[in-house]
Amino acid sequence: MSVFLNIDNVSRLFGPNLSTGEKIAAKLGGNVETRAVRAVSEVSLTVRRGETLGLVGESGCGKSTLGRLIAGILPPTSGSILLDGTPVMVDGRKVTTRVQTVFQDPFASLDPRMKVGDTVSEGPIAHGLTTKSDAQGYVANWFERVGLDPVWVDRYPHQFSGGQRQRVAIARALAMQPDVLICDEPVASLDVSIQAQIINLFLELTCDLDLTCVFISHDLSLIRHVSDRVAVMYLGRIVELGPVDQVFAASAHPYTAALFGSVPKLVLDADELVHFDTIEGEVPSPLSPPPGCYYHPRCPCATDICATTQPETQTVSELRAVACHHFKAVLADKDPDLTSASTSVSAR
Amino acid sequence: MREPILSVSDLTTHFFTRAGVVKAVDGVSFDLAKGEIMGLVGESGSGKTVTGFSLLGLVDAPGRIVKGSVKLNGTELTTLSDPELRARRGHEISMIFQDPIATLNPMLTIGQQMRMAIDAHEWLSKRAADARAAELLTQVGIPSAAARLRGYPHEFSGGMRQRVAIAIALLHRPAVIVADEPTTALDVSIQAQILFQMRDLAAEMGTAMVWISHDLAVVSSLASKLAVMYAGRVVEQGPTATLLRDPRHPYTAGLISSLPAMSQPGMPLSQIPGTTPSLLSLPPGCPFAPRCDRATKACGTAPEMTMEDNRGWRCFHPVSAFKEATV
Repeated sequence: MSVFLNIDNVSRLFGPNLSTGEKIAAKLGGNVETRAVRAVSEVSLTVRRGETLGLVGESGCGKSTLGRLIAGILPPTSGSILLDGTPVMVDGRKVTTRVQTVFQDPFASLDPRMKVGDTVSEGPIAHGLTTKSDAQGYVANWFERVGLDPVWVDRYPHQFSGGQRQRVAIARALAMQPDVLICDEPVASLDVSIQAQIINLFLELTCDLDLTCVFISHDLSLIRHVSDRVAVMYLGRIVELGPVDQVFAASAHPYTAALFGSVPKLVLDADELVHFDTIEGEVPSPLSPPPGCYYHPRCPCATDICATTQPETQTVSELRAVACHHFKAVLADKDPDLTSASTSVSAR
Repeated sequence: MREPILSVSDLTTHFFTRAGVVKAVDGVSFDLAKGEIMGLVGESGSGKTVTGFSLLGLVDAPGRIVKGSVKLNGTELTTLSDPELRARRGHEISMIFQDPIATLNPMLTIGQQMRMAIDAHEWLSKRAADARAAELLTQVGIPSAAARLRGYPHEFSGGMRQRVAIAIALLHRPAVIVADEPTTALDVSIQAQILFQMRDLAAEMGTAMVWISHDLAVVSSLASKLAVMYAGRVVEQGPTATLLRDPRHPYTAGLISSLPAMSQPGMPLSQIPGTTPSLLSLPPGCPFAPRCDRATKACGTAPEMTMEDNRGWRCFHPVSAFKEATV
């Protein structure tokens, strides 16, 4: 299948917002923080049409920033993002409506003073997908598709529960008739029994509308459930990428393995005390990441080379890539067949 | 059975608001033995946090414990005066809250805050208090603890702050700790570290814990027994493994089977229809009935707790152990 969304060597830096005085002080050698945070660092990814790509990582790993870059909400500092061959942003302005986003918090992402029907119809009217006179039927159609009663269009967000608000947010995104949907932790703020409803709606709609999806979550079991491929991020970099079943069955990066080991699992066995494979230490500050491999201070497999040289992205098999010096040893424990086919590709 | 250290029976807490009476906690009963960890599971608004607050007598107006009893080591807590309660809070029973940013004072160093917590219950010299504080910080996994006592909360990461909050709760080696979602705001790798340590500390110090969480997976790896709350009531309780493997209440069964880990990737998840009812206008009878596919006319009256062996459930039509509950 062809490449639909092409993310090429994208980085995004966030510098401190310095006042004029601070800038002068910095020039004169004052103690002013001028370092920038590399939220996303040299990320290259391709997504095929109709595919769901899962983005996982801990807080601060840059997964939401990457989602915003793809959605055209933030311009990248360097690199390019092409949708079907055309850029998502030109000169810092979003030039396509084909990418839409569903945000985490449906309490913050809906205008509390706007009727939900108007929230859903505002974008399509502005972009000529419908007209003011046809808007009512257009909105009613999308309300029905996401499982809301069309008579609710005149209500305000506070009159809905969390799950219903997330349905409104999904209707708003889909009413723009996008090809790509970015879902940034869409169920993280919902109750467990409501989560399943929204996930089912998501699975049904992506299938019916043939949507390409980037699904961002910290919940590994959810990522496994909804995505075709998964990208694991750590401190702004993608450390492992591959089909979801393969990555979950035999992870090639020590961080992925440790992340999977940390997730509490439902224990059904009575007398067994569960053992947690905890990761030592904490995520380092993105202001001053460690030299070499960002994960080496916490990594049980780290050797001298990890402290000095940043690992290149290497292909494990046709569909899998990993950024680790020792992935062969990591994989050898799990699946000896995979390591034989591996070759190193040049750093991007 | 061992003598329970904490015994709660028919605990009922209502909030008398202008809109009406909110029955936040409605007849909750459980016993906790020394060193035992109980998971209190439920969705938001199910009354699990208010239950935790009620145990420590922390419910503020317009809320009030309207009936029931909380016995800690044989002492009835619900009828104690404020000073009497204060002498026990933090000393015999303490609480860990969800958000460590909100619970630590940003203007005081960690050492000052820990000394205040020590001074509240016993007299120690500054040096002895610092030594005790540093010892506990080391136990909860904070490196170079003595130096960190001079640090302010903003100098600690989220996980480290929660460790400090845990250390403060442990200062007087209380008999019972109520932990209200202490790892919800943390990353999974930090959550695993803390869960592991809490389990060891509880076993080592013989501290009993009520672990409040919305995450079945978290409590299943930690607690030896569970109580599942829905709309202010405990709908099912029993030993963790038995309850998860063979749930009797349709709500518990629904919660377990709606987890993504319980279905094939890409297939629809099994879902509980509808939403949680408002506590202001609960349906008469079983509060879960409107969402339940097993509900009949009988569910129009509230079911009592059916006890069998060491477990119990509030349902007229419990899920059969042999047909549906095989996961």
